[in-house]
This record gives sequence, structure tokens and C-alpha cells, in this order.
Amino acid sequence: MIAHYGYADGSGEYYLIVDTDRCDGCGRCVEVCPNDILELAPDDYGKTVVRVKDEFVNSIGYICPACKRRDERCESVCEHAALSYTW
Amino acid sequence: MLVAGIDIGSLTAKALILEDSKIRAYAIIPTGVDSEGTSKKVMNSALERAELSLEDLEYVVSTGYGRVIVPFANKNITEISCHAKGAVFLFPSVRTILDMGGQDCKAIRCDASGKVQNFAMNDKCAAGTGRFFEIIAETMELPLEELGGLSLEAMSAAKISSACVVFAKSEVLALLRKGVDKKNILAGINEAVALRVFALLNRVGIEKDFAITGGIAKNVGVVRKVEEKVGLKALIAEEPQIVGALGAALFAKEALEQV
Amino acid sequence: MLVAGVDVGSLTVKAVILKDGEVAATTTLITGDDAATAARTAINEALKSLAERGVSATLDSLDYVVATGVGRKEVAFAHEVKTDVRCDAVGARHLFPSVRTVVDIGAESCKVIRLSKKGRVEDFTANDKCASGTGMFLDTLAKVIGVGVEKLGELSLKAKEPAKISSMCVVFAESEVISYIHKKTPVEDIIAGVHESISNRIFGMMNRVGIEKDVALVGGVARNVGVVRALEARAGENILVPEAPQIAGALGAALIAAKACEGGA
Repeated sequence: MIAHYGYADGSGEYYLIVDTDRCDGCGRCVEVCPNDILELAPDDYGKTVVRVKDEFVNSIGYICPACKRRDERCESVCEHAALSYTW
Repeated sequence: MLVAGIDIGSLTAKALILEDSKIRAYAIIPTGVDSEGTSKKVMNSALERAELSLEDLEYVVSTGYGRVIVPFANKNITEISCHAKGAVFLFPSVRTILDMGGQDCKAIRCDASGKVQNFAMNDKCAAGTGRFFEIIAETMELPLEELGGLSLEAMSAAKISSACVVFAKSEVLALLRKGVDKKNILAGINEAVALRVFALLNRVGIEKDFAITGGIAKNVGVVRKVEEKVGLKALIAEEPQIVGALGAALFAKEALEQV
Repeated sequence: MLVAGVDVGSLTVKAVILKDGEVAATTTLITGDDAATAARTAINEALKSLAERGVSATLDSLDYVVATGVGRKEVAFAHEVKTDVRCDAVGARHLFPSVRTVVDIGAESCKVIRLSKKGRVEDFTANDKCASGTGMFLDTLAKVIGVGVEKLGELSLKAKEPAKISSMCVVFAESEVISYIHKKTPVEDIIAGVHESISNRIFGMMNRVGIEKDVALVGGVARNVGVVRALEARAGENILVPEAPQIAGALGAALIAAKACEGGA
């Protein structure tokens, strides 16, 4: 399942995209996020995968783009290319 | 086998009772400020219609924004999965679902069994939601239920450049001051909303058949505009608001069958 | 040399007249439904105020006029139009020569511009489709709270514990504010919460573009001291605010007009 967390507003589209088929629940991305917006949780079909915490989904466009300038980001530390983003 | 699904949305709460594979009864009430109290009220309302009591139900699944506070639910499942499950039950050929609810919009792709393959949701922004139409109806001094029908009589669609409720409201007021026909304004509103939800649908990709669920599916004007953009006829349930609760009830049935 | 800059915004039109490079007159008035007429009225008002200072001039005696803002194409008497981003950058840089990050919060739009050391626009991000982060956000919530927009700043400074407002969308934030009012939360705390919310939004945009010192805030909303404080706290940076933040864009346009005069004729 491809889960798009985020939204589109007047200034653009801000989605963090998780491919839950590729995610193996290792948690590396959760550790590396400097803003603690990710968590591991079982999805509706029983598989434990990464998701964006409910309280941060609507702030993704304000929190995440700053990581563009970081070497270690959720998307770069994932060994299965399960994460991507739209900005 | 008697099971129930209960969907606590931000504007309305829905409860549905399933007997084996048939819908026995359902109820829809405004959520209000007390989600927990509402969950009991809407469940009782559906039980009354079915002439049953809570003890008759073997399993209850809750979903929606308020799913975690339903005291009598055995399990809670996200509305994304419940909408997919419910829609496929009603229309087995459906693979793309657009849910336009009270305060959010969701685009869902699913497989033949109703399992979600891809989804995107927009609940940050009121554009294209029930709230949006409520505010526009108020601004234009028209009853909400007439918005759809009126827009279809428009000669041309006024240009509304913003899907943002606040800006759209200003634009509507300015157009009203200029004497633009209300029907044309409504058509313009629907166009702005359709563009917005079309972008959301494109994010997940569109595959036929296409269904629209949620309260806004009752607005024929918006439905028509969305169909134009998507290029597909939209399948719409007789009561589009209960699809989530139906899906939750189906998950309840599955849970029992697994035991 | 007499030049002018006209900034036609969604809520207000601003006109600035420079005489020999110095600000000689400024006007601000409501744009209304007819931007073309509003622009003309604004420039005429500015010319009148110029006359009151002993400099008699008409529209024709202006050597060069540059228009900017969302309604810039409606300014029939402009010689040239320039983008808001450009004019904001030039205006802010003139007011604060050390500025590298310009934040403009207007009535219906917000933008963040990053400048190079030399003052050239390097990057920017703008929003004019969503009311959150704009004056509309404050305006709408002020109405719900029952307080005039001009009072928001001073009231928020008295807050003890800013209320948490999690929604960015005005429509949803409105519901949150209403429930705080029902809970009898002190008005100052609610307003401070509203300011925090808008500054979070703006800070997110600043992050997108990258923050370089010094940071300046322009646009009508900069007159709200509560927003300035909230943004300073969020960004962890001191923020420079000019005395008349609303006219920064028009000032920039006028300076560009002055440059055009020197260069050309």
C-alpha cells in the first residue's frame, strides 16, 4: 500500500509517501527524524510499518522541507527505498 | 450473525447493523461536541430501528476521526480501509474511491477484495469539504440541499480562483455585489472544488470503476464536474454517507469469521 | 526628479512618491472591487499631500511610475510593472541594508524571500491560495473573538499561557477558538495562541527557503507586535520591522522607478 501523508495547499503539495509493502518496520527513519514525527504502528492489515503521527500530518510542509539540507534524513537512511517526498 | 460498524466523523456520526451480509438498519446524527455520548446515541438509534439491543451485537468495529473513544467497540480501524471495504461491497467493480466528508477529502485505490493499495487524504484544509459548502450556502443564503441542483441550471460558470473557503467566500461576496447570477457562482464553486479533488485523485492514480462517497456525493453539481475531470461516471450509493460504517461492520464480520 | 511606486494589494493600495530619492508622500487606502480606480485615487491623494508640502505636481509631472502587487496590471498610468518579490526585496534592503531574509505577511498572501549578500533575490516561497499565514487568518479569528484587529498585538502581550491552536486552516482554527471561548479561556491567551499558530506557518516557509540574518518583516501584519514577538520566539532570531511596514513594497517600486530614471532619461 502506498500511503501519502500530508496535504496540498496554496503553496504546493507536501506529501511524505510510505510504500508499506517495502517497509520492514526497522525503525531507522523514526530514529533519525529530528522532529520526532514518525512512528511504527500496525496498519489495518496487521503489518507493522512506519507512519506519520496524526498530530503532524497537517504540518508536514512546515516541518520537513528544512531536512533537505541534512545528510541523514528519513528517506536517505531507509535501505528499502520505502520513503519518498514531494517537495 | 449480527455485527455493527460505527463511523464517528467530525460533522456526522453513522452507525450500521449488518445481519449476515445484509444491511439491517442504520442511523446518521450530528456528532456535536461530545463524541462519546454521540457514539452511544447513534448506536441506540440504529438498534431501535432494527428492534435490537446492544447485547444482540456480536462484534462492533469503530472508525472515523472519533474511533478511539467508542466505549463499546471491540476494535477500531482507520476510515481509509473501511471506506474501501464498504465501497467494494456495494460496487464490486470499484477500484478508485473519492470520499468527500464533513472536514476532509480522501482518494483511495483498492483491489477487488477492498484492500487499500494507495491513498491520500487532505484534512488540513477545508476546501472541497462539507464545511466549505455549508459556508458557501450560508454566504449565498441558500439551503445546502439545493446547491447541486441549482448549479446545473447555470448558463456559464463564474471564475472562482480559490478553493480556499475564506478566499472563495470573499470572491462570492464580490460576485454577488456585481450582480452575477447565483447559479453561475455555484457552478464556479463546483469547478474550483472539482479541480482540487482531481489533484488529490491524480496523486493516487485513477482506475475504473470510480465511486464517490460521503455527504458531498449528494451534490449533483459537484459530482458532474468531478466526473467531467476524471472522465468516468461516478458510482454513488443510495446513502453515500454510510459507506464507512458499512465497511467497519464488514470488518466486524471478518473478525468473527476468523475466530 | 519625481517618481512613484504603487502597490495594489488585495485589501489595500499603497502609493509612495519620492522626490530626488527621498520619501515625500505616502498614501494607503482600501482597494475595494475596482483596483484601477483605487490606484488612481491613491496616487491623487499622494499628489495632494505633496502639494500640501509645497510641491505642486500632477500625474503627468511624475517622471516614472512602477506598479506592483496583485493588481499591478490595473494601474493604467504605470510606466512599468514589477513583481512583489522584487519590490519587497528592494524596499526592505533600502530600509535595512543588512537584511538577507524578507518576510512579507499581507492581507491575503505571505511570502519569504532570501537575498544574497549583494541583495539579489536568491530564493523565495509564496502562498496566495490559502488563508492561513495571512492577514485574513487574524482578521477572521479576531471577529470570532470579538476584538478589533488593531488590538490583537497589545492584548496578546498580556497572555499568561497561550492557548494551543493545532489547525492551520482558518475554518478549523475558528472551531478551536470557539471552544476556547466556551471554556472561558482568557482572551489574551487565545490571541497569543492565534499568533503562535500563524508564526508556525510562517516559520515553516522560512525554513523552506533557508534563514539568513538579518531577518526583516514587512506587510500590514507586521504592525501586530504580538505576531512579531511570536515569530521572533519561533525563529530564534531578532526581527527588524520598519516604522511603516505596509508601504515597503510600494517603496521598493518607487526606488526601482528612481533607478529607471537615472539610468534611462
